[in-house]
Amino acid sequence: MVSPARNGTRPVERGPADAVWAPQGRYEQVREGLRAYRMIAAMWIRSTMAYRASFAMTAFGNFAATALDFAAILLMFSQVDRLGGYSLPEVAFLYGVSGTAFGFADLAFGSMDRLGRRVRDGTLDTLLVRPAPVLAQVAADRFALRRLGRITQGLLVLGYAVAVLDVSWTPLKVLMIPLMLLSGGVIFAAVFVGGAAFQFVAQDASEVQNSFTYGGSTLLQYPPTVFATELLRGVTFVFPIAFVNWLPALYVLGRPYPLDLPTWVAFAPPLVAAVCCVPAGLAWRAGLRSYRSTGS
Amino acid sequence: MGTGRLYAAVAVGGFRRYATYRIATAAGVFTNTVFGLILAYIFIALWDDRPHLGGYDQAQALSYVWLGQALLMVVAVMGGGFEDELIERIRTGDIAIDLYRPADLQLWWLAQDAGRALFHLLGRGVVPLAFGALFFDLALPVDPLAWIAFLVAVALGVVVSFALRFLVALCAFWLLDGAGVAQLAWIAGIFCSGMLLPLNVFPGVLGEVVRALPWSSLIQAPVDVLLGTADLPRTYLFQAAWAAALLAAGRLVQSAATRRVVVQGG
Repeated sequence: MVSPARNGTRPVERGPADAVWAPQGRYEQVREGLRAYRMIAAMWIRSTMAYRASFAMTAFGNFAATALDFAAILLMFSQVDRLGGYSLPEVAFLYGVSGTAFGFADLAFGSMDRLGRRVRDGTLDTLLVRPAPVLAQVAADRFALRRLGRITQGLLVLGYAVAVLDVSWTPLKVLMIPLMLLSGGVIFAAVFVGGAAFQFVAQDASEVQNSFTYGGSTLLQYPPTVFATELLRGVTFVFPIAFVNWLPALYVLGRPYPLDLPTWVAFAPPLVAAVCCVPAGLAWRAGLRSYRSTGS
Repeated sequence: MGTGRLYAAVAVGGFRRYATYRIATAAGVFTNTVFGLILAYIFIALWDDRPHLGGYDQAQALSYVWLGQALLMVVAVMGGGFEDELIERIRTGDIAIDLYRPADLQLWWLAQDAGRALFHLLGRGVVPLAFGALFFDLALPVDPLAWIAFLVAVALGVVVSFALRFLVALCAFWLLDGAGVAQLAWIAGIFCSGMLLPLNVFPGVLGEVVRALPWSSLIQAPVDVLLGTADLPRTYLFQAAWAAALLAAGRLVQSAATRRVVVQGG
């Protein structure tokens, strides 16, 4: 005999608590996560804005710290005309795209490198009992609006590059810019989430994540011709950050990619970004499941 | 306990404190190696285009990259040593207890930082340098005397770095929130220490200014001592002069700050 509830001819009435605890379906879950993210981020923004002078200083500091990388590039170009065969505007274009895309991911998910600390001191438990997706809570934790400094810096360099580049712009090439920034942001976001999942296992090893996030964005600021072929293969086929800017940007610049790849890969970034989210999401789930609290 | 033994014990404590986090150390070594790899390829491209840029040949430039990665934590270019803790103690008022202790505040933290630096030299420095030497053509000397001269320059660099960060931390007496100053010092440190590019590659007047600033004692001076591209007595004198001047400035600021604490009744 089948009970009416399991028969499921009518949806079972759920209390408000149930609705929060067990959102129906994937869509509901995502909406719930975004709502939680928005609320937590808004809370941190309000708290930041209580000290406006401090916010202005740290945002400027974020901007200046990011600009150091570009200062290094300018210093190099004070001594050479070309780096790896690329001119300054071309390198600035690569830099601007990489910096801005990374900036988006850093703004939205940059706080996730604190996860290891939360696991170590046991404060992750607090997040587990709250009626909101843990991923949204960890990502929005200490939401740092000052990271707009990095995005601003990247956009400024990108603007400079677009203004001085000697490229015959077609509608498709123009369209490539927002496409690169968005897909690149998603690819880096997947790296942040994957790195956070890794921290469940190796709690103190949060610095390894920096090699892939900051290291990755630094790598992409320079022309691919500078690096060894094995490294290029690695970042194209294994850890596909080459799709953030190298492959699509080289199409815009009209330059060949050092590895023999067909031209259509320049348009693959959205697909690669979507695919990257799958292992990142799976790793996050596996990490969260394996979490055992420190106890006391 | 004798004074010397007290500070030795503090230094050992500093060493052991950082040595506790082995996984974090391994992770840091990994990151230094990855960044060293990226920089090495960029430097190869630069020196391919302009051999003898800044007076270095390519092997010397690559040695600069890997020595820089090895020294990065030792001389704490990016901060993250004792100063965060000292700033926090000033902010919370715990500093009042420290000032009551029968030990000198500056020497206490210097001893602690020396222990940290020694650990970072062994734990964070050796592996990236060995990796670089294994996979790239470096111009490292085999003469043990050159390495001893290098270690002396590193030690002087650590003292200069400490004195700078001590001054930064003391700013918290007036500002309470030391984050802004710490960040400024961090940016100045990265730019002026030669972590981005060797300081002898900086063009014109800018180059002359950064080479005269204290931060050039941190990475540029020890590397030049090891590569034999520096005038040894002049480099030591330069580092020692900055160390003495900055430590003395730290003393002055400390006494001014201490009077302030007393006025506040802390």
